Amino acid sequence: MAKEKMTTAFEYAPAPESRSVVDIAPSYGLFIDGEFTEAADGKVFKTVSPSTEEVLSEVARAGAEDVERAVKAARKAFEKWSALPGSERAKYLFRIARIIQERSRELAVLETLDNGKPIKETRDADLPLVAAHFFYYAGWADKLDHAGFGANPRPLGVAGQVIPWNFPLLMLAWKIAPALATGNTVVLKPAETTPLSALFFADICRQAGLPKGVVNILPGYGDAGAALVAHPDVDKVAFTGSTAVGKEIARTVAGTRKKVTLELGGKGANIVFDDAPIDQAVEGIVTGIFFNQGQVCCAGSRLLVQESIHDELLDSLKRRLSTLRLGDPLDKNTDIGAINSAEQLARITTLADQGEAEGAERWSPACELPSSGYWFAPTLFTNVTQAHTIARDEIFGPVLSVLTFRTPDEAVAKANNTQYGLSAGIWTEKGSRILAVAGKLRAGVVWSNTFNKFDPTSPFGGYKESGFGREGGRHGLEAYLAPSSPEGKR
Amino acid sequence: MSTVDRTNERLTVFKTYKLYVGGKFPRSESGRVYEVTDSKGKWLANAPQASRKDARDAVVAARKAFGGWSGATAYNRGQVLYRVAEMLEGRRDQFVREVADAEGLGKSKAAAVVDATVDRWVWYAGWTDKIAQVVGGGNPVAGPFFNLSTPEPTGVVAVVAPQESSFLGLVSVVAPVIATGNTAVVVASEKAPLPALSLAEVLATSDVPGGVVNVLSGRTAEIAAPLAAHQDVNAIDLAGADEVLAKELEIAAADNLKRVLRPQPVDDWTATPGLDRLTAFLETKTVWHPTGSLGASGSSY
Repeated sequence: MAKEKMTTAFEYAPAPESRSVVDIAPSYGLFIDGEFTEAADGKVFKTVSPSTEEVLSEVARAGAEDVERAVKAARKAFEKWSALPGSERAKYLFRIARIIQERSRELAVLETLDNGKPIKETRDADLPLVAAHFFYYAGWADKLDHAGFGANPRPLGVAGQVIPWNFPLLMLAWKIAPALATGNTVVLKPAETTPLSALFFADICRQAGLPKGVVNILPGYGDAGAALVAHPDVDKVAFTGSTAVGKEIARTVAGTRKKVTLELGGKGANIVFDDAPIDQAVEGIVTGIFFNQGQVCCAGSRLLVQESIHDELLDSLKRRLSTLRLGDPLDKNTDIGAINSAEQLARITTLADQGEAEGAERWSPACELPSSGYWFAPTLFTNVTQAHTIARDEIFGPVLSVLTFRTPDEAVAKANNTQYGLSAGIWTEKGSRILAVAGKLRAGVVWSNTFNKFDPTSPFGGYKESGFGREGGRHGLEAYLAPSSPEGKR
Repeated sequence: MSTVDRTNERLTVFKTYKLYVGGKFPRSESGRVYEVTDSKGKWLANAPQASRKDARDAVVAARKAFGGWSGATAYNRGQVLYRVAEMLEGRRDQFVREVADAEGLGKSKAAAVVDATVDRWVWYAGWTDKIAQVVGGGNPVAGPFFNLSTPEPTGVVAVVAPQESSFLGLVSVVAPVIATGNTAVVVASEKAPLPALSLAEVLATSDVPGGVVNVLSGRTAEIAAPLAAHQDVNAIDLAGADEVLAKELEIAAADNLKRVLRPQPVDDWTATPGLDRLTAFLETKTVWHPTGSLGASGSSY
């Protein structure tokens, strides 16, 4: 087949979203017992915009003493909050959902500034999902008797929640909405590189009139997260982040009463069969690995292509990648934003270099990177084998490893050949093949002829070392309720 | 007749108790046995004292059996589990004797325990083709997608069986694990392993494929430790571990993020179980399918 000339991207004039909708204060405190307060030891840290390295604000850094204060506040608030009729808790959550909708443009711009992801994503994906999540769980608060966890299911108590930087406000919603709906109170630690949207959420709690101490926000580093997880008066630990930290948490809570849910890493296989609609598959592959710069635990970071269409698919994919626009995250036409931190950029760079060193073939479209900020061009690796590090380790960046297969059995075997089991994709026009392959994949979420779709009603979570427990849907309630069996009751 | 009638003093034939691994009855590869006594200290048998190697062999057998067992229809698994109850009923007297010896119960109390155990198999046999409807289902996502969540077995589950309730407790923790399609490596009660080893003989003649349940006897801590640390074990039920051992095993289990069911106080094993043991070793898989759209026109009837 003749090679077609690479198409060039259209020229676009800059179309930046206005920063003026958000007013970022020069400094923020911890949010404990309904008040903003300094850290006990007075420590602070700076949060920067990853696309420019501009300092956005200075934020109080929580330490062990602050964890103590926050857990105490949450414990105190638990008694009244858990005793409220579910219908009253529901109304607080509905209020929060509505205020998020009202302030969604402000929050989208804020998130894009603090995280570096394109405004297109925060505006059209993150924020609508955040509001929807609160709206969904609000409705559960007075219907728990009918949720299938026994009559009169009980909350656990104080939930310690630690969230990552890739979807700061959405991960907050996934943690806080079900916890509050079921009658628990919360101490949440946002990631050190993206503390701002959680602090704005604290303000939303105040606007909604949420009782003091029901939600406490502790910006800080890993030490604060570790102190929270280990705190003896925490009844429930929910963590989203790396598998390595997840294992550490599992060890910390061993032998305690704490209920744990872990949503960890992934190395999702996106499987394209020879009868797949190529153009749609290409869009799905792009969404799978370049959405949020690939900093997504369920990213389709391994492309498994049926051998017979490898060249054709790769040609189309490369052509498509050449049209992706990388740059100012606030620009409405931007497809690829900044990497969240210098540290993450270094990790992606190291792993990509390792891919090259181990013999895989590297390709990126012609792409000019901005001179300041943290950037990584969309990258493809072909000639990748299962033994390569880039086919095994989670890169958490815009890097796609391409492998091939001949038969459906081989595709399934390769897809499952990983310590992880979070997501997978299947592209084929044949319905029975979708069902057969989906049934064999050891992954918690499978997208057929689509990728990276999320919904508050849809349970999300992994098999194997991608963690345990589910977030979203009716299933997501279980993580915050005491066991119902007679055997489990004391 | 000049010879004395000695039929009442006939020398009985002892049973050599063995492990159950991959559908076969091996002795421990270590060649070790340990003395099992009744509640009054009277010798009952020499049980095999399984080693780390036996534990690893059992995991290999359980992994090998997982594809077939998890892939069997739920109806088929229900038939097989019900068959276990049938076989058990036929050997009721033997189990009443063994449970009475193991737990120091009178005959009628031991009989009640065995009856409850048979009924427990029946209870779980009926769950195999119902649990997916109770815990799975369609999710009404806001978009043109058919979105379905289904439960799937976690994989190979290590089961540290209860120490005191050697038979009813054992079945109460093993049956829910395999009902949902997992395969199991069971560490029998250390002090009272004989009912578990005899149960293996029932399983072997009940259409349960070899490797679906593997039974090991010996020192609980010695066998459970390599199982908790094993990279090809997906989950562990700590029912029979004491507080100190349970914590050690949970820490070891974190290495590959096994699903851990912590020991729970059980006052009465005869109470009807809830769903917790069935759902403890289930994963939820959610699959999204685009539905397309026929547009706004179309029949309103």
